[in-house]
Amino acid sequence: MSTTETSPKTTAGVPTVPPTPSRVKDIVRQLVGTPRVIVGLSMIALLLLFAFIGPLLTGWDIGERDYLALKSPPSPEHWMGTNATGQDIFTQASAGLQKSLLIGLLVALMSTAIAALVGSFAGYFSGIPDRALMWIADLALVLPSFVVLAILSKHFGGDGGWFVLVILLAGFSWMVTSKMIRGMTISLREREYIHAARFMGVPSHKIILRHILPNMSSLLIADATIAVSTAIIGETSLSYFGLGVQAPDISLGVVIADGSRFATTAWWMFLFPTLLLVILVLAVNMIGDGLRDALDPQSKSRRS
Amino acid sequence: MSVETIETAETTEVRPGDETPVLEVTDLTVTFRGLNGNPDVHAVRGVGYSVRRGEVLGIVGESGSGKSVSSMAAMGLLPDHAVITGSVKLHGEEILGLDDRAMAARRGKVISMVFQDPLSGLTPVYTVGDQLAEAVLVHNPRLPKEQARKRAVHLLDLVGIPNPEGRYRSFPHEFSGGMRQRVMIAMAMANDPDVIICDEPTTALDVTIQAQILDLLRTAREETGAAIVMITHDLGVVAGFVDRVLVMYAGRPVEMGGVDEIYYGSRMPYTMGLLGAVPRMDLERQGALVPIKGTPPSLSDLPPGCPFAPRCPIVRPECSLAEPDLLPVGGQPSAETIEEVHGHTDDTSATGVRDTGVQRVACIRSGEIADRGWTAQDIYPVPDIPEVPVADVRREDRAEMLRVEGLTKHHPLTKGAVFKRRVGTVYAVDGIDFDIREGETLALVGESGCGKSTTLMEIMGLERPQAGSITVMGHDTASLGKTDRFALRRDMQIVFQDPMSSLDPRMPVFDIIAEPLRTHRFSQADTTRRVYELIELVGLNPEHATRFPSEFSGGQRQRIGIARALALEPKLLVLDEPVSALDVSIQAGVVNLLEELQARLGLSYLFVAHDLSVVRHIADRVAVMYLGRIVEIGDTESVYTKPAHPYTQALLSAIPIPDPERERARTHIVLDGDLPSPANPPSGCRFRTRCQKFITLSEPEQERCMSVEPSLDATNGGDQAAACHFAERQRVL
Repeated sequence: MSTTETSPKTTAGVPTVPPTPSRVKDIVRQLVGTPRVIVGLSMIALLLLFAFIGPLLTGWDIGERDYLALKSPPSPEHWMGTNATGQDIFTQASAGLQKSLLIGLLVALMSTAIAALVGSFAGYFSGIPDRALMWIADLALVLPSFVVLAILSKHFGGDGGWFVLVILLAGFSWMVTSKMIRGMTISLREREYIHAARFMGVPSHKIILRHILPNMSSLLIADATIAVSTAIIGETSLSYFGLGVQAPDISLGVVIADGSRFATTAWWMFLFPTLLLVILVLAVNMIGDGLRDALDPQSKSRRS
Repeated sequence: MSVETIETAETTEVRPGDETPVLEVTDLTVTFRGLNGNPDVHAVRGVGYSVRRGEVLGIVGESGSGKSVSSMAAMGLLPDHAVITGSVKLHGEEILGLDDRAMAARRGKVISMVFQDPLSGLTPVYTVGDQLAEAVLVHNPRLPKEQARKRAVHLLDLVGIPNPEGRYRSFPHEFSGGMRQRVMIAMAMANDPDVIICDEPTTALDVTIQAQILDLLRTAREETGAAIVMITHDLGVVAGFVDRVLVMYAGRPVEMGGVDEIYYGSRMPYTMGLLGAVPRMDLERQGALVPIKGTPPSLSDLPPGCPFAPRCPIVRPECSLAEPDLLPVGGQPSAETIEEVHGHTDDTSATGVRDTGVQRVACIRSGEIADRGWTAQDIYPVPDIPEVPVADVRREDRAEMLRVEGLTKHHPLTKGAVFKRRVGTVYAVDGIDFDIREGETLALVGESGCGKSTTLMEIMGLERPQAGSITVMGHDTASLGKTDRFALRRDMQIVFQDPMSSLDPRMPVFDIIAEPLRTHRFSQADTTRRVYELIELVGLNPEHATRFPSEFSGGQRQRIGIARALALEPKLLVLDEPVSALDVSIQAGVVNLLEELQARLGLSYLFVAHDLSVVRHIADRVAVMYLGRIVEIGDTESVYTKPAHPYTQALLSAIPIPDPERERARTHIVLDGDLPSPANPPSGCRFRTRCQKFITLSEPEQERCMSVEPSLDATNGGDQAAACHFAERQRVL
């Protein structure tokens, strides 16, 4: 083509071609430069450390009862006190945090991912795929999730049982978000940059992943951060009826649910596990916030 | 209705003390306080003007020059955090600083406003008539409801709404954009105000509707005798309509004077540049447009000295010392005085900016410009645009890039939620034919809703059309396989209208330009090299590569869009209104770039536009569309000098020319009504309902227009063809 005759001229002006800028590197640099993300990440790391090392530090087992210290306040023997049956709160809370961290983070990631994919594909390909996907979403919405979970709860015990719970929790929490994302996709689909990508031959699935989802990242991140606490609390309410994490496994939700009855009389039973939940949610929110800023070019220019 | 006419007659009577200006603005400044440590934005920095009864003042400037903010300040419509100083006098009475209640008594009664966007100007839940009657009642609370209703009907009639009695009960969404703007004007006229401020009243409208609205504003002025302040960025609109012009730049007036003085004897480089940057529809060979380099300065961090200095071609060192005052031509202090004053005191505040009535300029070299008689072409470096290499080859012998035959796109209109049934058809594109040869530019022009964008989408989609055929470089799109289609996409690319939405806001510039290359599997090294080459080619800096689109101005963004389109070295570039969202001075740069690229790379353009001036400048051939059909096609020169179809004639006639004398001498053909709905086009000739020729025809001839659809026939034995039974080539410019 005739452009080839212009290329020597222009490259002569710039003898060394500048390096290819990398978007991933740029975002990582941006993330590292945001204090909130660092603080949030280190909080999560500390929580993980606490959850996995904690139970080993005390001499008590999760189910073990100290009949000499029923409902006793924090002491050198029981760092966070004991509950009504003499179980050590520190051990229970840290062991419960293990499961809750895994459940919370995994359910949030999975449900947001499902919502994003289903919503954007339905919105982008209107017509039959749209109707089919939205029909599934409507079906999942009207299914009584509690009953389904109750029926399947016997599978939650044992090794990897908690993972079945994660999948079911995620499977019942993506629908509303996916409808929101479908609506946004329909409006984004008519943007000119989407047309431009289509006209240069970019395949549809790449357009969705490259253009549509990144432009909804603020919504997705906000949704995921909220989903973390929703999942933990959702698991709690299941556990309250004995349908969630099955003994001998324990979750933070179970510990909180146990302690909530004594919140006014034996504060330690409620306060310490709840504090852990608050810290967890706070850390996730800080990461989400920082991530949103790092991904959003508009907020960057606002900050500077 | 006689009551109302008497009322209007009374108010148009000349009042005593006519000598005091109706509206006098002196040294007005508006500052928006920055929040969270952001710097203050000095949106308006000393504006002064005065208008007398019946006078029309034009305020011209590019976006961000403070022209709208200054008039909003005069109306008292700015938010509370805006700090306003100076003086605004209405009939000699200070109104700046009056509380909302006192202002409300004047707004709509003495001073009223017509806004740019007629969509958001009317409340959607009330009928148009009730809203008009309310405007009357608000200022005459004791007027009986029936009287107010009558007055509203009368006003609707006055602004040319057909069947005003019936239309009274219509809701805003039942009106077209032009009709809504008419209602807005009716509302502004409702209480016979003394000043009407029009903030870009025609910017959102089509040219033929713009002509109607400008006509209407003239009527409004005659009816009410009001002074009009016309705010616009369009130098053409102002030329034929206003008495005096105020040019604003960076929140300050930089030149002011009678309309002829400004258009024929501008002494400010900025104004000269603006006038040179406008493509002219009435000139045959205009040459390259005058681009003003750079972009307007940020209003929060202005350098000392003349704000235009960084973009000015004749800048002197002393220009950056102090900001020049608005003084009569040649009345500026000499360079020595400026340096002297600058050495002594840092006081840059000038004496109050007020309107004195003579031409005044804020440029220290204004005297020199006047003495030497410089024009824009003399002071601005005009790029030399080479000729298209294939220009010597005859059109018939050049390779065919695109051929469209009988292209049709109908959208079904459906009703019902569960069982959709077809209730009608929108004839978006209804059988059009054209072809584009190598190195040629074909412009597709027409008003909004004529189907030009649908045509583009159909062509770019490379699918089998509903009817007819599209042939791109010899490949019929109907028979294309998946891989062939993908390969063909390399050769044709598109540049979109809105540089805001055509670039993914989440992608840095590098990735945007690299996307087509990566999609077509270029190696990483080649991609990088080519991206920087393109960045250079469209006049951007390599360090821009890592930035995001939001950090660029409109013109720069459009350059990024052009770079992306050129990445794969296409042979055919489809341009969808590429300059209509840009300011004049920026537009000139992009138009020049497009012309230069065409010459250097031998591109063919399919250029879609509603701006006929730009089309005349850039296109070799032009096709005029109306309601999904091409009504006239031909080489640009023939079509512009001697259009044959009545619609083309009306379109050309409706466009204002930035030349006051010629503009005043012209008689515009003003079309009646709006574009009919493409779902229900008229029988026979689709244009007959608005045609200015149709009404002059005899009955049997009219019968023919109504029953037989005209075909596109050659009119001058050459390239020009028009779809009219009674085509007659006529000079309208």
